[in-house]
Amino acid sequence: MSIEFIYPEFEVIRNENKCISCRICEQQCANEAHSYDEKHKIMMCDDSKCVNCQRCVSFCPKRALKIVKSDCTLRENANWSNETIKEIYKQANSGGVLLSSMGNPKPFPVYWDKILINASQVTNPSIDPLREPMETRVYLGKKPSKVQRTKDGALDCKLPPQLELSMPVMFSAMSYGSISYNAHKSLALAATELGILYNTGEGGLHEDFYCYGENTVVQVASGRFGVHADYLKAGAAIEIKIGQGAKPGIGGHLPGAKIVGDISRTRMIPEGSDAISPAPHHDIYSIEDLRQLVFSLKEATEYKKPVIVKVAAVHNIAAIASGIARSGADIIAIDGFRGGTGAAPTRIRDHVGIPIELALAAVDQRLRNEGIRNHVSLVVGGSIRSAADVVKAIALGADACYVATAALLALGCHLCRTCQSGKCNWGIATQRPELVKRLNPAMGSERLINLMTAWKHEIKEFMGGMGINSIEALRGNRLMLRGIGLTEKELEILHISHAGE
Amino acid sequence: MKIEGQVRIPSGCAISAVISKDGNKMSGETITNSMKPMHDRSNGLGGGFAGYGIYPEYKDFYAFHMFFDSRDTRKKCEAFLKERFEIVQSEIIPTRKIPAITDEPIIWRYFVAPLNSVLVSLQSEEKEFVAKTIIKINAEMSGAYVFSSGKNMGAFKAVGFPEDVGIFYKLEDYEGYTWTAHGRYPTNTPGWWGGAHPFTLLDYSVVHNGEISSYDANRRFIEMFGYKCTLQTDTEVITYIMDYLLRVQGLTLNESASVIAAPFWSTIAAKTDLDDQKKHTYLRTIFPSLLITGPFSIIFAFDGGLMALNDRLKLRSMVVGEKNDKVYIASEEAAIRTMEPNAENIWSPAGGEPVIVKVKEGAF
Repeated sequence: MSIEFIYPEFEVIRNENKCISCRICEQQCANEAHSYDEKHKIMMCDDSKCVNCQRCVSFCPKRALKIVKSDCTLRENANWSNETIKEIYKQANSGGVLLSSMGNPKPFPVYWDKILINASQVTNPSIDPLREPMETRVYLGKKPSKVQRTKDGALDCKLPPQLELSMPVMFSAMSYGSISYNAHKSLALAATELGILYNTGEGGLHEDFYCYGENTVVQVASGRFGVHADYLKAGAAIEIKIGQGAKPGIGGHLPGAKIVGDISRTRMIPEGSDAISPAPHHDIYSIEDLRQLVFSLKEATEYKKPVIVKVAAVHNIAAIASGIARSGADIIAIDGFRGGTGAAPTRIRDHVGIPIELALAAVDQRLRNEGIRNHVSLVVGGSIRSAADVVKAIALGADACYVATAALLALGCHLCRTCQSGKCNWGIATQRPELVKRLNPAMGSERLINLMTAWKHEIKEFMGGMGINSIEALRGNRLMLRGIGLTEKELEILHISHAGE
Repeated sequence: MKIEGQVRIPSGCAISAVISKDGNKMSGETITNSMKPMHDRSNGLGGGFAGYGIYPEYKDFYAFHMFFDSRDTRKKCEAFLKERFEIVQSEIIPTRKIPAITDEPIIWRYFVAPLNSVLVSLQSEEKEFVAKTIIKINAEMSGAYVFSSGKNMGAFKAVGFPEDVGIFYKLEDYEGYTWTAHGRYPTNTPGWWGGAHPFTLLDYSVVHNGEISSYDANRRFIEMFGYKCTLQTDTEVITYIMDYLLRVQGLTLNESASVIAAPFWSTIAAKTDLDDQKKHTYLRTIFPSLLITGPFSIIFAFDGGLMALNDRLKLRSMVVGEKNDKVYIASEEAAIRTMEPNAENIWSPAGGEPVIVKVKEGAF
């Protein structure tokens, strides 16, 4: 071939004895990895086009296909890994920034996996969630610091705006544009049915989805795409996105090719124009500017909607969160460095930011030290993978979790990490009509509902085991956690004891 | 081994209380005897009592009951107190030497009033100042421990079985209109006198049987407001929560009970009284971190009354009985029958249902 050649990462293995040349794989692959050789009446494949999304594997009626990691490797080198070398070849070829999708795949410590949960034995009883009420409902929003009474001495029950969630989980921001209409519809339907919220991301809200407003968080990001008065009023809450875990400090870029039809209308930008989100909000160069935007949005919505400020978990996150808590925000959302994305510069994704577990522990403690923890709710995301992660996050101090990657997996995503190509065979991260229609919103929402219902059951089992029958009594209850294999410093930051202590 | 404060020690318990609604005085002998039939609910590692109305001659002064590990500590602490309070009386708390109670610390009491000049310079409300001073001594002064600090009331506690502790402190010499008692069954403790119950702050005292599962959520929330949970016990955090809700937030007893043993959301939703529904929704929303889960039965006593409360699932026994002007509360009916063999209307309050008994206005 040439100096530019890089051997494909995956090989498509077809069992010729099983293959009946039905050509379903060919139809299913938007990357055109499969083709049919009319002359020899056999299926062919081009490994270089395969992204290992497993679509063909899942749909092959004869189970004749599998995708394997290529064993064609360069000479092993502990310092110069195959991946590093190939990235250098790519950059030498293109002169460009490497792009990737989804969360940081590098082998950094996953603290969730080094934390263990408690259970009751003898001295107090565990509670059976099948026999006793087990409450997972949470309210997000600012809690007044002093009880007020009316003139006749009765409690004045007015509260700042609160979001009611049936369980401490929300679907986090994914824009219409980065994901498909049907993916958005699946999330909206599921959130409504579950009594939780989904999040528009920064691409505006399609007019068909205004009816799900009570279960929608509308986002205002640096590009301000699709932001107008009715949009702000449509949602249950407004989220100012300062940053995201996958690419802290970096803006976004949805190519003009994807700005077509409804997306152009929803984003309120001309068809074919690139949608560029600046790295910062150009009206927020400091914390006092944030306060002005928070209150502008509150003014625009008559103080009826809580305002969320979403930031990426970065080194100084505790001080940043403290500043946000004093900016008038009702809720702080923190996104850890494993958070997913439709496209991010690979180097940024893999090297910027900190784990959400440490950020959460530091922020919760800092806000308590300052006596302002109840002025804001804390929502954390950036790789919440299971009910166990949720329980650990709540016990560390979160009010609720944001999940996105897990939701996409429920919709069919196989985490091939090539969202940026726009050729998602599962109908999620694509705008090609023939691909979008592969995702049926009724089925998609059902799978999301199943997933969250399963998590809720598991959360209740954990709680019952600990003898806790309301999620409120788990929040910040770090005594229920123990570290395993962690250093003194890590335990100190997480503010938990080691197993056995 | 680590003592309370260095480690969290779960424990089971026995509790008992009596109150006269007419403010009639009773000697501490009755309450001491009530603990005898519940002997097996304690294991000799802690017992204690609180009596109300016991210091009529000093009723306008805060009565500080203190443990000291040495004479030096006492002298140091007295110097500290003198900078902040007028001490009108200081004396050893009388005790009786008995074989069942050993290794006692130096046990002293002071009747004090905060110096007005100090209050003015700190711009502090009196009770707030006294509470903060006690929290400071207990958190920072090694070897000194204030275990009672209210006006016209006092706690008496020790390592031992409660019926022996009553004899040790000569409780038959005190007359009070309310008495509460506690016998402790810690699972693991070297026996530290400060770790026995009741736990008190100002005129509030709590005896508690249970092990709450919400402990750290409650502790980390309440510590935002200047409280320091130095003992790591449930009773301590419950006392601080009650102080915060009643004194700082100005809630009523019933409202406070609705915070710490909040009705389930489904119960609130089913309420037909819409104002009541709104009130409960409000209280749960504003104080989610003060909900207490896991088993508890507590008797919370204060100047002029008491409140008994079970966790909302009623995971601990607690019964109430009456006779004439007296109301009796205990972990077991046997304790009530010891105090009043002819007690009437014995009943078991439902989980989360507060039993509030107040002494007639002016009778105490």
